[in-house]
Amino acid sequence: MASLNARAMLVSLVILLVLGGLWEALNQPPPASKQLTEYELMMGAADQQARVPPPSKVLAHAWKELSNPFYDAGPNDKGIGIQLAYSLYRVITGFVAAALVAIPLGFVIGMSPLMHRALNPFIQVLRPISPLAWMPLALFVIRDSEQSAIFVIFICSIWPMLINTAFGVANVRSDWVNVARTHELSQLQTAFQVILPAAAPTILTGMRISIGIAWLVIVAAEMLVGGTGIGYYVWNEWNNLDLNSVIFSILMIGIIGMLLDMALGTVAKLVEYEE
Amino acid sequence: MSKHFVRVEGLSKVYPSKQKDTVVFEDVNIGIDKGEFVCIIGHSGCGKSTILNVLAGLDEPTLGVVTMDEKEVSGPSLDRGVVFQNYSLLPWLNTLENVNFGVKARFRDWNSKQVAEHSSKFLAMVGLSEALTKKPSELSGGMRQRVSIARAFATSPKLLLLDEPFGALDALTRGVIQDELIKIWGETQQTVFMITHDVDEAILLADRILLMSNGPNARVAESVVIDIPRPRNRANIIEDPHYYKIRNHLVNFLINRSSDELPSADGEGGVTLSVNPARQEIFKKTNESIKAIAAN
Repeated sequence: MASLNARAMLVSLVILLVLGGLWEALNQPPPASKQLTEYELMMGAADQQARVPPPSKVLAHAWKELSNPFYDAGPNDKGIGIQLAYSLYRVITGFVAAALVAIPLGFVIGMSPLMHRALNPFIQVLRPISPLAWMPLALFVIRDSEQSAIFVIFICSIWPMLINTAFGVANVRSDWVNVARTHELSQLQTAFQVILPAAAPTILTGMRISIGIAWLVIVAAEMLVGGTGIGYYVWNEWNNLDLNSVIFSILMIGIIGMLLDMALGTVAKLVEYEE
Repeated sequence: MSKHFVRVEGLSKVYPSKQKDTVVFEDVNIGIDKGEFVCIIGHSGCGKSTILNVLAGLDEPTLGVVTMDEKEVSGPSLDRGVVFQNYSLLPWLNTLENVNFGVKARFRDWNSKQVAEHSSKFLAMVGLSEALTKKPSELSGGMRQRVSIARAFATSPKLLLLDEPFGALDALTRGVIQDELIKIWGETQQTVFMITHDVDEAILLADRILLMSNGPNARVAESVVIDIPRPRNRANIIEDPHYYKIRNHLVNFLINRSSDELPSADGEGGVTLSVNPARQEIFKKTNESIKAIAAN
């Protein structure tokens, strides 16, 4: 009997082939009844109904795009690599800025019951706001679409990190805090030597949730602000009626999102501990 | 009483509530001499752990003071090491790092080599030289408690507080670590205050056993001097002619008398008892005079 991993992979492959096969089979153009002129072909005369491109066409297109991902032929024609790089830059900048605010603030909230109660109403009101609702205000105040997109990422990634850090810090086992106290550790030493490592797995969980949300939001934000980025690219290709590119970029969004999560998952493994 | 190294005077703990305040224990007086090993036994709820936490500086009494070395205890200090029942090791550090944690806090100007050497020495004393790089989760309960004991001894506190350190261990492991504790205590001559539920363990380890009456309103009812000669170990101790006398006395107290109303008396506890017949006579007389004072 093959290992569980190997068998799971086999099942995944079967599902992929079945779904891909259905998709391919259901989206073939009907056979032409007569030979079409080149002009008629170009106007889509053979097929009055628009179809989702089958996977074979998407894959061929993906191959073409991925073999030259960084070309730049003007504002409306850039390679997928460049678009993704813009989006990643915005997500990472906004995310890092959010982490720099959320983790220290989460420490304060977690360690001080007073601050927890004082700040909780603000968090509860601000947290449910859709990050895109901030966009008009951000555009007005910041007066820069690029930075407004980064701000939207910042505001949407801050909450899971803030709440998880506060929760992790507040729930560090009192035994470990007592160990720090009986060893006469200062507040700062306690924070770094006991509370941070104890709360690190919870904090990392918050960071993983945040980066996931940030990656979801960047697509929508870039559809609004336009110019560059994978979100803009999807919308632009829709306007071009190039569904091959739309499907291809949807797949790329999924793959990059998975890689971002895996990267933080690797970091989370480093700080994990077993009680 | 004033010459004791550690002095607990008039200690009370009250948990206030709207209906009726709960007095866990009241007017507890304890004196511990330097190098003495004192065990405290009592039923659950008599406030033993609270007394230990007050000694550690982790909890505050409602009334009374604790002094050590002529200084009042307020807040935790490296001078008072604590071993908790649940080991309290930091799970993200390995065995050596856990002991280093304590040593670094104690000897702040040492370099990392000195710290590691010192820690290794104490880990060797508890037989853990082979497990330096293991995380607590990879160790058995007995091994974890050994690490915790090594950490406490390595910081050489003036007073070592043990809160039921063997409570969660099986009987065989407990016996082995008890022997190790006697050995390491013999080498360092620490002053130790230990909570236990185990009468045999208390007789094996202690110079003196304090018996607490039941809570609420618990008190230190008796102070029993264990004059079985040292070195002791589990095998030879049961052959001592006084062993069963002491044991019966303790068990009798816990079963029959711990819930009785006990006369309050000045000084430490109500009654002091020794099984040595000559001493017993003296104590009998003092007890009678104490009772006479209390009656007046």
